[in-house]
Amino acid sequence: MAQSRAQADRFAAHRAEATAARLAALDLPQGGAFAAARGAALDRLRAMGLPHRRDEYWRYTDPADLNAAGPAAVEPWPAVDVPIFGSIDRLRLVFVDGVFDAAQSDPLDMAGIEIARLAEVAAADIHPAHGWAAPAFGRLEAAGQVPVARPFAALNTAVAQDGLLIRVTGKAAKPVSLVYIHRDGQADAMLHHLIRLEEGAELTVLENGPAAARLNTVMEVEVADGARFHHIRTQGRDPDRRMNTHVFARVGAGALFKSFTLTANGRLTRNEYVVELAGAGGSAHLAGATVLDGATVPGHHDDTVFITHAAPGCESRQVFKKVLKNGAVGVFQGKILVKQVAQKTDGYQISQSLLLDEDSQFLSKPELEIYADDVKCSHGSTSGAIDETALFYLRSRGVPLAEAQVLLTLSFLGDAIAEIEDEELAGEITRRLEAWLARHG
Amino acid sequence: MLEIQNLHVKLEEDDKVILKGVDLTVEAGKVHAIMGPNGSGKSTLSYVLSGRDGYEVTEGSATLDGAELLEMEPEERAAAGLFLAFQYPVEIPGVGNMTFLRTAVNAQRKARGEEEIGSAEFLKLVREKARTLNIDAEMLKRPVNVGFSGGEKKRNEILQMAMLEPTMCILDETDSGLDVDAMRLVADGVNALRSPDRGFLVITHYQRLLDHIKPDVVHIMADGRIVKTGGPELALEVEKNGYAGILSEVA
Ligand SMILES: Nc1ncnc2c1ncn2[C@@H]1O[C@H](COP(=O)(O)OP(=O)(O)OP(=O)(O)O)[C@@H](O)[C@H]1O
Ligand SMILES: [Mg+2]
Repeated sequence: MAQSRAQADRFAAHRAEATAARLAALDLPQGGAFAAARGAALDRLRAMGLPHRRDEYWRYTDPADLNAAGPAAVEPWPAVDVPIFGSIDRLRLVFVDGVFDAAQSDPLDMAGIEIARLAEVAAADIHPAHGWAAPAFGRLEAAGQVPVARPFAALNTAVAQDGLLIRVTGKAAKPVSLVYIHRDGQADAMLHHLIRLEEGAELTVLENGPAAARLNTVMEVEVADGARFHHIRTQGRDPDRRMNTHVFARVGAGALFKSFTLTANGRLTRNEYVVELAGAGGSAHLAGATVLDGATVPGHHDDTVFITHAAPGCESRQVFKKVLKNGAVGVFQGKILVKQVAQKTDGYQISQSLLLDEDSQFLSKPELEIYADDVKCSHGSTSGAIDETALFYLRSRGVPLAEAQVLLTLSFLGDAIAEIEDEELAGEITRRLEAWLARHG
Repeated sequence: MLEIQNLHVKLEEDDKVILKGVDLTVEAGKVHAIMGPNGSGKSTLSYVLSGRDGYEVTEGSATLDGAELLEMEPEERAAAGLFLAFQYPVEIPGVGNMTFLRTAVNAQRKARGEEEIGSAEFLKLVREKARTLNIDAEMLKRPVNVGFSGGEKKRNEILQMAMLEPTMCILDETDSGLDVDAMRLVADGVNALRSPDRGFLVITHYQRLLDHIKPDVVHIMADGRIVKTGGPELALEVEKNGYAGILSEVA
């Protein structure tokens, strides 16, 4: 519907007001090494304003809870007996309510990798990380604001005080594991991680835990030529939490960027990926497995992906699977943009939801925008109920109903899990899903 | 062993009556064959016995060793010893054949209060039985029935039967789609399971299968009823003259 000029003006004024109110309630970082980057992010945010339901990419997800001055309180979820990734040899770095906790963390040194805490680097007069991190901080986030605005990411760059700056020059000896503990029911956390893999470097980053009542994370990842980056995260079990995350990546020639997300429940989750394949022959694989049961708390999960093929011969894959029940809502907005230079692009996108009842729904918006002529791009999006014929077949072989449902549901999610290269990690994710499905059967 | 009495079944959705009073008893140790024109209700009978949704039993009963099958869940019927080799085996993408077999074997063991089978023992058993059915390791690794040829699917059904060792086996046109050699393998598989405490109900259109799996009793089903019962010679008669003669005789 066409908006009148007056309406549009009123709307813009309202947006500016809401943005100003939100910023007024925040404790903005002052000075330090990232002052320029933060100032620029603040200007970006003021210019674009916080999102509204009317914005093209917020039609399916209401940003109100993310816009609000503070989060609704959330009772922290009791710790699970067997922590995820517990059996994996990793560098464990702990954040409590969004604040780095050195006492609970492993020492920050490991061969082939430099890790520093954002808060420390920002405050230090002189720090070895200034050289590479100061110009890079917020750079990918800023680039990722075009053509679609991502206000919460700009907000994060401007406001987040904690996070990690990681530079990898070799092959990291073990995964860097970020553990997000939630303790204070009111915690409103923002974390900003900046990661740079130099040529040929390799790193795996793990993330897990609910972190806070409301969490906003930005991860900027530069993957230089020939480097390999793996990211596997699980988004905590607190059904009441709200979070929105952004991963911005720039993938160099022949480099690999892989990210997998397991999300179990959550009142509101919005995960955005903005990935640019910038060098010839690069690969980006994004996958998500979401299980959402709205029985006790309404569940809403949104995956919003933007992949740009800006160089020839690159490959991208998006595999997003959701299992929805009891009124849960799943959203997928995935775009592949193929620039004119990006000949021989291989782009693949699939988003599917398994609806375990009629109350749940899946909203999907796949988009392809292609300016090169020699490309192979495919996308598909489906939603449906569990296959009754397969269910009966299993039961006729003696497999009880609940077990048969778990088996079929896991097999549905299997394509997303298969995107995890490391078998041990894939096994860990599968076991988590099995346990969730058993609890929510 | 299996006792079906006056079984009347209609479709749940549109009230179409398919089975109109089936009476049939399969004794332990015996092989019964059912033949009959297309659409006469043979598959429906096998589905109703194994508990598929979509049918409504309006009258009659079906018991296995005295227990009422029609009141049990499909998985309980399986645990009680019933097995159906499907006319159209189902593909399950994403579930490996091995996982499927092990899950089924262990579920039934559990239901009977037995211990789960160890993975080494299970592997050995599957390999051994698969070999006799000419099912190779690659097929065992693939998702259940996905990309299997028609004949491979049927052999896979018999592999499941061999692993699960049911007491009452229903085979719905297991011979259709099989080449001559596969037919022999399948028949050998079935014959290997023949024992004094196991019953078979073999649904088929062709004498060919019955050459290999010798039936004790042959039934003719037409329009939802068993219209004639006899010895192996009945199948030969069908093979030779079709159903016209038999049906006009009982009409
Ligand atoms: N779900 C269903 N919906 C509609 N009609 C059905 C359904 N199931 C069975 N029927 C009908 O019931 C009748 C019996 O079908 P059934 O499959 O049992 O026959 P059959 O004897 O096994 O035939 P065939 O020899 O061709 O396998 C047919 O007319 C069939 O169309
Ligand atoms: Mg049939």
